[in-house]
Amino acid sequence: MSPTFEELSVGQDIGSRSIEVTRQDLVKYAGASGDFNPIHWNEAFATGVELPGVIAHGMFTMGAAVQLVSDWAGDPAAVVDYQTRFTKPVLVTDTTGTGDAGAVIDVSGAVGALDAEARTARVDLTVVFDGQKVLVKAQALVRLA
Amino acid sequence: MTINPDLQGRSYPAAEVYDVGREKIREFARAVKATHPAHFDVDAAQGLGHPDLVAPPTFAIIIAQRADAQLIEDPEAGIDFSRVVHADQRFTHHRPIFAGDRLVAELHVDGVRAMGGGAMITTRSEIFVLTDGDGREPVSTTKSSILVRGEGQ
Repeated sequence: MSPTFEELSVGQDIGSRSIEVTRQDLVKYAGASGDFNPIHWNEAFATGVELPGVIAHGMFTMGAAVQLVSDWAGDPAAVVDYQTRFTKPVLVTDTTGTGDAGAVIDVSGAVGALDAEARTARVDLTVVFDGQKVLVKAQALVRLA
Repeated sequence: MTINPDLQGRSYPAAEVYDVGREKIREFARAVKATHPAHFDVDAAQGLGHPDLVAPPTFAIIIAQRADAQLIEDPEAGIDFSRVVHADQRFTHHRPIFAGDRLVAELHVDGVRAMGGGAMITTRSEIFVLTDGDGREPVSTTKSSILVRGEGQ
């Protein structure tokens, strides 16, 4: 069931989930998005430009994190505004062939603000990898019934 | 390589049309690990009152990054793509993107700021849907800041 505006309060938890990421996921995201920067799929290239290793596209993390909000809202079209700053890279270990995750991103969300006139809720997302926030000021504005 | 400070205020007009296909919406949705049926099942999307499959909230990045490519690949800009890091991103949806939409994007360079040996560049894409006749309506405004890292950064 989709939430209605009246039943929400600031601080309310909208849930959480863990996102497992592999190098193959980054190749898939590169293909789907058209962002083929080799720092997202080639170790030698990434370290050659002084990165610690292959890192996830910031847009992969941003795009995957908002699914918590889409599912909570009941309609992805309810997300009318979505923003974030990218503060730390998500380093994805090469686990090809093992079935293990190369990184795990933990996402949780809470209602940060309510606008009764616009009938919108601002959902503040907390997105953590390896004990550190990788997205900062990750906010989705949701229009409610 | 240094970033050309004269980029600020530059605009690139709407160029090619981007046709939003159902399979592209499904492919992008799977790539961001989305499972909401409105991205995959036309009946489910229509059940929510939409004309066709709904694109995920960050789908517009495909169109925005194509527009950005005009700037990044502009030899006058002086941007080394391999040293580009995404600093922030915002999507403001004036209406959702649906399968069947024909979209165009106008790119605006809103800011260029030197940072260390590199630069922070802020761009804005105004994305429109083409309507019957010669009209167009606003769909999304996307704003991105990219950091072009200098050597040793």
